Amino acid sequence: MPATAFSRRGQTTPARREARRFYVFVSPWAIGFVLFSGVPIVASILMSFTHWNLLRDPTWVGLANYQKMIADPEFWESIVNTFYFGAGSVALGVVFTFLLALLLNQPLRFQGLFRTVMYLPSVVSGVATALLWLNILHPDYGLINKLLALIGVQGPGWLGTMEWAMPALILMSVWGAGNTIIIYLAGLQGIPKTLYEAAEIDGAGWWRRFWNVTVPMMSPVIFFNVVTGFIASLQAYVLILIMTEGGPANATMVLGLYIYRHAFTYFDMGYAAALSWAMFLIVIAVTLIQFRLARRWVHYEFK
Amino acid sequence: MLVETPREGGTAPSAPRPRRGGTVTFEQAERIRKVRRAGAYVLLVAGTAVFVLPFLWMVTTSLKSDAENLAFPPEFFPDSFNFENYVRGWTGNLPFNSFLINSVLITALSMAGNLVSCVLPAYAFARMRARAAGVLFALMLATMMIPREITLVPKYVMFAKLGWVDSYLPLIVPEFFGVALYIFLLRQFFTTIPQELIDAARIDGASELRILWKIMLPLSKPAIAAIMLFSFVGNWNQLLEPIIYLRTTEKFTIPLGLSMFSGQYATQYNQMMAVSIISMLPILVLFFIAQKTFIRGVTLTGIAGR
Repeated sequence: MPATAFSRRGQTTPARREARRFYVFVSPWAIGFVLFSGVPIVASILMSFTHWNLLRDPTWVGLANYQKMIADPEFWESIVNTFYFGAGSVALGVVFTFLLALLLNQPLRFQGLFRTVMYLPSVVSGVATALLWLNILHPDYGLINKLLALIGVQGPGWLGTMEWAMPALILMSVWGAGNTIIIYLAGLQGIPKTLYEAAEIDGAGWWRRFWNVTVPMMSPVIFFNVVTGFIASLQAYVLILIMTEGGPANATMVLGLYIYRHAFTYFDMGYAAALSWAMFLIVIAVTLIQFRLARRWVHYEFK
Repeated sequence: MLVETPREGGTAPSAPRPRRGGTVTFEQAERIRKVRRAGAYVLLVAGTAVFVLPFLWMVTTSLKSDAENLAFPPEFFPDSFNFENYVRGWTGNLPFNSFLINSVLITALSMAGNLVSCVLPAYAFARMRARAAGVLFALMLATMMIPREITLVPKYVMFAKLGWVDSYLPLIVPEFFGVALYIFLLRQFFTTIPQELIDAARIDGASELRILWKIMLPLSKPAIAAIMLFSFVGNWNQLLEPIIYLRTTEKFTIPLGLSMFSGQYATQYNQMMAVSIISMLPILVLFFIAQKTFIRGVTLTGIAGR
């Protein structure tokens, strides 16, 4: 990359001037990096070894926060919930949106309209959609139980029950996953037509064409959506905070929410910092595992 | 339903399936194609319903009277359109007019900050040489991988010590110091602009700022539009930081005000939905105006918003 490789010529005056200008231009980000990433990251490590409620000076407690974490049943509950929500929303979202993208990739009328409608919820996602789903999921006045009643099914209490609160949140997350359809469509349109033609000449039916052409060619895109989808699921806790506050009985207490609660409800800053490093570990571990697994099933055309 | 039903309908007669390798007449092939197309439409309409029905429910609920709002079982459609829910919700116990002003102010300042603080580093990374450029660029990409929860707590402590809690400063000031993702996107776009243009301008003695302003920015409108859209959506919907930093109700943003709404009028769904719709309007309008930009942005980054 010529843009980032430094000049091997001696540091002539124009080169030095260019370098100086580079640093001036980069400074907004560089200063921000130090103030809002670098210093806070180091501070977070240090804080995780302290007790600090912001009222008194911090006291150094060594590994106490981490020991507390390992022995904390609520922490482990939140880890289980985090994976429940993450795996559920990614698995359901990836499959559902992939099928819709396949359908949308056919030469059909109103294609743009379909695409717009599916994409829209992911754009407006926010508190408004959380309120909407609070309403939709209401056991008595909500849309979903009304639809279930039409087919003679007595719907569950959704967010009010321990078993159904998490599935309800997963359902909501799939509704907001329409942006992945756009990514899939871009990928599908990038598959060379000649591959399908060759497969057809070889007598491959639609299933063989799908399984032996579409899936391998799309596997990098699917993989991308799985990884980014899971990381995004870790940050869904802000809406969960609005909708259930982690309840009932911690059934929807995910790790992000648990960090939030310790930091901004209990003002136990040291423990919150330690918990945030657990989240970091999860991101790293899940990403590494997925890259590992990816070697087996993801097909890259050009290595 | 927004979607027109397909001409073929879902009940096309099933065509006889030819055995593989057997001869298929033209009519048969045509019929198979039609059935398959009809099937695709049926599935698509069903899939679309999943995305559309909640919105329709939102609209019809916002128009229900108070009695219909808590009728059991609920009806799909209200008997009459109670548009006054929009006024009642907006001008009720919560000062949504103030929230609107606050949200507009914070979003506008954040967008301006993002623009300036992302364009300059992006141009430097794309078109200027310096010894540390590669390292800094790698560092910037690395920060995109770190979950924001890591910095959330120390940043709060920092802003609390500065006395910035319950002010807009923690929401706005960091936006003036670059967003790694936007810088990365802009930088990628800038590198596609022919170097000859820049060299020619430099030979003519144009300053770097002039080159940026007169050459790079006009040629990068799609990328600029994409990051400004992301910035708008991200800041407009931002909830976590307002929850953490804002304490006085009058200072709240629209998302924070809405979240209060859920606590105060937990069952007044008609007003709740009405105000929610109002809060979505700016994004809906932008979306329909700039759909192509949104979609280009998503395919570039794989995200919607931040």
